[in-house]
Amino acid sequence: MEALKEKLANPVELLSSALLSGDVEVVDLTHTLDPDFPVIVLPPEFGQCARFRMEEISAYDHRGPAWKWNTFTCSEHTGTHFDAPIHWISGRDLPNNTVDSIPPEHFVGPVVVIDCSEGSAQDDDFELTPEIIAEWEAEHGRIPADSWVFMRTDWSKRRGAAYLNMRDDGPHSPGPTPDAIRFLIEERGIRGFGTETVGTDAGQGVHYTPPYPAHFYLHGAGKYGLQCMCNLDQLPATGAMILCAPLKIKNGTGSPLRVLALVPKGGR
Amino acid sequence: MVTRLQKPPKKNPQVRTRVPTLPSHYRSRSALFMAAAAAEGRFMLQVCAEPDCGSVQYPARDACSCCLSDRLVWQDVSARGKLIATSTVRTSTNTYFRERTPWRLGTVHLEIGPSVMCHLHSEVVVGSEVQLINRLDKSGQSVLLALPMEKAQLQEDDMQLRELTCDPKFRRILITDARNPNAYALAKSLLEAGASAVFVGEAESWRPYPDRAKLESLQGVELVSLDVTDTSSVQELAGEFGGKVDILINNARFVRPGGIQGRGDVGFAMDEMQVNYFGMMRLAQAFAPAMAGRSADGVNSAVAWVNVLSVYSLVSNPGFGSFSASNAAAHSLSQCLRAEMASSGVRVVNVYCGPTEDEWHQPLPPPKVPAGALARELVKALQAGLEDMYVGDIAKDIRRKFMESPKVLEKEMTSLEAL
Repeated sequence: MEALKEKLANPVELLSSALLSGDVEVVDLTHTLDPDFPVIVLPPEFGQCARFRMEEISAYDHRGPAWKWNTFTCSEHTGTHFDAPIHWISGRDLPNNTVDSIPPEHFVGPVVVIDCSEGSAQDDDFELTPEIIAEWEAEHGRIPADSWVFMRTDWSKRRGAAYLNMRDDGPHSPGPTPDAIRFLIEERGIRGFGTETVGTDAGQGVHYTPPYPAHFYLHGAGKYGLQCMCNLDQLPATGAMILCAPLKIKNGTGSPLRVLALVPKGGR
Repeated sequence: MVTRLQKPPKKNPQVRTRVPTLPSHYRSRSALFMAAAAAEGRFMLQVCAEPDCGSVQYPARDACSCCLSDRLVWQDVSARGKLIATSTVRTSTNTYFRERTPWRLGTVHLEIGPSVMCHLHSEVVVGSEVQLINRLDKSGQSVLLALPMEKAQLQEDDMQLRELTCDPKFRRILITDARNPNAYALAKSLLEAGASAVFVGEAESWRPYPDRAKLESLQGVELVSLDVTDTSSVQELAGEFGGKVDILINNARFVRPGGIQGRGDVGFAMDEMQVNYFGMMRLAQAFAPAMAGRSADGVNSAVAWVNVLSVYSLVSNPGFGSFSASNAAAHSLSQCLRAEMASSGVRVVNVYCGPTEDEWHQPLPPPKVPAGALARELVKALQAGLEDMYVGDIAKDIRRKFMESPKVLEKEMTSLEAL
């Protein structure tokens, strides 16, 4: 009995047994890599984000009788994906700024979720502001240092053209203001910022000063981005953790990945 | 009297689709010059170049039938003549004609000399003045058909003529790229030409484009999901609609200015190949088999595969050098497709276009090809039964120079002044 207690004291085994018992649940925050999933659209004279594509190599046929496999291609920034600091010009000279050099412990950690779904339902250009963060902290406590902050908008439930919500003056989707993202980095020392929209910035983020403030400030400070996530409505405001290891691409600026959240039972 | 073409009834699902058969395709190599002329709808015969002879030859041969000189030159000649005799074939050992009897043949005395045996439009009678057209038949070889001097009512409905053309009337069309600025003009022209349905492939419906509402407003247009860079999307559409495509028009195009060194990467080049080359290959792998199987399927048989190519598929335009290269690849692939489709009789039509009136050619001086002109010429090519069509002054100029000397044209296009 004493030996068993000692054994259970190992925190990893505690977690394992909680996973086995269902006391900790796994929530998938990842969209399926689908050829028709929207990607960010830039002015056409710029290079574009490659869509996810798949070509069959063989399917138990003359090209390979007993096996099926595919070749897939995509951008580092297609589908649910991770942004490394080198992705942005502000982070280009930082140490360990590529997906292959980021310390692996940074890919596992706590997450807090700021629910902006109500505001985003009413305003396509809804902004996450320092005031909203202050209100959230008044209710849930101070955002812990080195944690991920996710902005829940329920935007992942949108389909087709409503997702990018592209108009003649560009896309319209929610995102953080420059002040909000600076507060999270400078005052709270977060590890990264995650969204359900196509980028960490608002659709109209180019019109802030600086343009694309989330990208500019996050990556300039060596922080990470996660975007095109789903199921954020299944996460508690606090108390969950995520696993978000990107592919280990040499000098990679990001990568599609599977984002998983560990959530205490009943904590959703 | 032309029998009015009737809109085909819905297909009887219990009847086997008629398997394509072909008319005789054996010709001498000399006669292929006539097929090459037919590809562009030209009436050309050999003329003896001996100054004191000058006689016009028919059929194609290697030595002058009059003076035995081998200096025979292919020339555009008058196609006028008089129908001096007719005959009606009521039975034949050739499967193709057996299925199409009665079939009228006649002898026309050309005003330039020779008498020729030819197919007859139903409106021409013995003793009347006629004009001959030189066209490709289902086997891809040159045949002649006598038309009345004045265009007859419902002339295009004539069965023997329709066998030589790819008339959109009562046919169902697939246009592969709704996002191309020419899609609306193409759809509109084809509907006006009597197409019974126009399916327009739309990629990335999550991203708006200017002409969507206009396209949707056209009666007879149906937007279908298709992205030629996505194999699964092409296969899915072919699975659903492959048996309903009588004419496929591949207008999908990715174009950016630039050649090799200015770009500094292969990004746009890969996009150009993905759309312009691999796109055609994916479409062909998915749609060509079904079309080939339906090329004898009655009034709305599968009849044509149209590639909208740049005329710079024939010679590089260094300002759009990478785009030119992708079109050269596509052009070569279209020739392969022609060979593979030959046994079905489905015609592979190449429309060679000069610089188009769009955002990517905006800083270029005119002449440029507006979408309406492209649509008009493309429909004309189908109605006339052509295999090669050059659209716009620049395309016609490049064609002329290419036929004259590909090397001189290359020298001109790649000179120090070219960029």
